[in-house]
Amino acid sequence: MTFLETLEESVSVLKVNRMRTLLSILGIVIGIGSVIALMTLGEATQRSITDRIQSLGANLLTIRPGSQQQGFLKMNSTENTSLKFDDALAIQESPRITTVSDVSAEYSSRSQVSFERNNTNVQVTGVSGNYFEIRNISIEIGSSFGPSASDNYEKVAVLGPTVVEDLFGENANPIGQSVRIGSSTFKVVGVTKSSGTGGFSGSDEAVYVPLTVAQDIIFGKDYVSAVYVVAKDQTVIDAALNQVGFFLLERHSKENVEDADFSITSQEQIIETVSEVTGTFTTLLTGIAAISLVVGGIGIMNIMLVTVTERTREIGLRKSLGAKRKAIVMQFLTESIILTIIGGLIGVLIGLGVSMIITSKMSLPTTISVGSIFLSVGVATVIGILFGWYPARKASKLQPIEALRYE
Amino acid sequence: MIRVKDVTKVYENDGTVTEALSGVTFNVDRGEFVAIVGPSGSGKSTLMHILGALDIPTSGEYILNDSVVQNLSDDRLAEIRNNEIGFIFQSYNLLPRMSALKNVILPMMYAGIGKAERTKRAMEVLKELDLEDKINNAPNQLSGGQRQRVAIARALTMNPSILLADEPTGNLPTLQSDEIISLFEKLNKSGRTVLIITHNDEIAARAQRVITLVDGKIVKDERKRK
Ligand SMILES: Nc1ncnc2c1ncn2[C@@H]1O[C@H](COP(=O)(O)OP(=O)(O)OP(=O)(O)O)[C@@H](O)[C@H]1O
Ligand SMILES: [Mg+2]
Repeated sequence: MTFLETLEESVSVLKVNRMRTLLSILGIVIGIGSVIALMTLGEATQRSITDRIQSLGANLLTIRPGSQQQGFLKMNSTENTSLKFDDALAIQESPRITTVSDVSAEYSSRSQVSFERNNTNVQVTGVSGNYFEIRNISIEIGSSFGPSASDNYEKVAVLGPTVVEDLFGENANPIGQSVRIGSSTFKVVGVTKSSGTGGFSGSDEAVYVPLTVAQDIIFGKDYVSAVYVVAKDQTVIDAALNQVGFFLLERHSKENVEDADFSITSQEQIIETVSEVTGTFTTLLTGIAAISLVVGGIGIMNIMLVTVTERTREIGLRKSLGAKRKAIVMQFLTESIILTIIGGLIGVLIGLGVSMIITSKMSLPTTISVGSIFLSVGVATVIGILFGWYPARKASKLQPIEALRYE
Repeated sequence: MIRVKDVTKVYENDGTVTEALSGVTFNVDRGEFVAIVGPSGSGKSTLMHILGALDIPTSGEYILNDSVVQNLSDDRLAEIRNNEIGFIFQSYNLLPRMSALKNVILPMMYAGIGKAERTKRAMEVLKELDLEDKINNAPNQLSGGQRQRVAIARALTMNPSILLADEPTGNLPTLQSDEIISLFEKLNKSGRTVLIITHNDEIAARAQRVITLVDGKIVKDERKRK
């Protein structure tokens, strides 16, 4: 039999056994589709998590006022006044501190903010230096303000999207408008990105103004609520922590670490937890992929094996009419290949379609997991062909009468 | 051309041993018309399968055209089944869901005969067996007798020199049965060897030689003078 005839024969067998053909294709489609969908979803989730963590700033140290040990309960009722803007300045300017690249301070408190007749009570944060860069706060419209704004007592404000909505209504552009904070008027220069659309750090319900303005004009306080220190790179985070810690201890005239009137937390602690999480996630992903591969594979295998009795009889019959072993094996191999090609194509399309729908619904980054396509198509093809071909090969070695009697 | 030497066939299933053939020896010359008779379960089909190179004996030798069948390669056996022997199964064994025409074409496809030629030949044989209006029916859309005739048609298309028929007319009315046997006689006259299993005494009476099997042994082997 020529190749064309073998192909023709396989197609006619597949056509005539419509149900069996559909079920085999379905098995392959489900096998491949589920692997691709699950793996893409997993990879997208993992990427979204790492993206968000990265946006927190990996090299960041946060210094907060107050002693490190306050018993079992963290006492937030009384404000701690031990940390000053001068501390931030000193850290930045001291030649002894070699591991820090940038410093920013913030003072944060709630205040009434109003525009015309609308008003809202929100967290107003006075910020100094390159606060927006350091804390990774992205601007949606307009711009943020730089270090000079605080130095020059500029009355400018960057609003969170929720504040904009409360004061100006939905989809309004507040740039250039004036809002009242406390008893002063501020010009709106920017709006931050909503945390729902990728701006993870920072709250949607926040107002940012220059630190000096917040301290002197709005709230009348001379201390700060936090100082952010950026280590030069990830390898010197611990060194930076120690340098800054001992430097401040000395500045505040404290002898021992236990007496410190401030605490420093490093982003590294978070990162560590997170990498543990992503590690677990990767294991989970591999598990999901493995399970869906096994499930899909067994699906394909089953449908191929279910028909083995009928196929064995068919092989017996074909042999008794003069089919050579090679002709039989070729026919069955061709059938399996046709099935896996059709099922594979549909499976890839469905898998990609489903994962695109899910990732867009969950506003995850749309990734196409190329690995999952190769893996699933590879495994499905191998299983499909193996379980189409192997029983056929076995049956083709039987005496025709034995194959015809097979049950 | 057919030499069967002390052939036995033993089936073993879950410890139960059945000796379907126990020491069968006979020869058939080219151009003979032989009827094989015997009670049900006496081993007739088993013997026929061995003669058709569809099964191998447990012991003994089957020599076809001077070669020991057990020693032939799988491919050579396929060729013999394809173009030297026409086999009509007791249970038809048609390919399910495929049309009658397709079933008849199958052996010619494995013989490498071109598409136009094999379709033409299949149509001729089917016509001769009164099946020209059923060529597109699948086996499950045919009556028992029609299926039997499709199976006969399939065995004839390759013009085999040996025709082995296991109760080929069991499902046919006397008239049609007579026609089939006449067809076999005609083929026999043109030099083909015909072996036919039958329960029908009239058909057996038309053969030149009647072999009677009982319990896997030949108990009678009669040749008639014509
Ligand atoms: N695959 C098998 N396994 C076990 N025993 C078998 C097998 N095939 C046939 N037999 C046994 O071998 C014996 C001969 O069977 P065979 O089919 O040759 O009989 P037969 O003469 O053709 O009968 P019938 O006239 O009913 O067709 C029977 O006893 C049967 O039960
Ligand atoms: Mg029988």
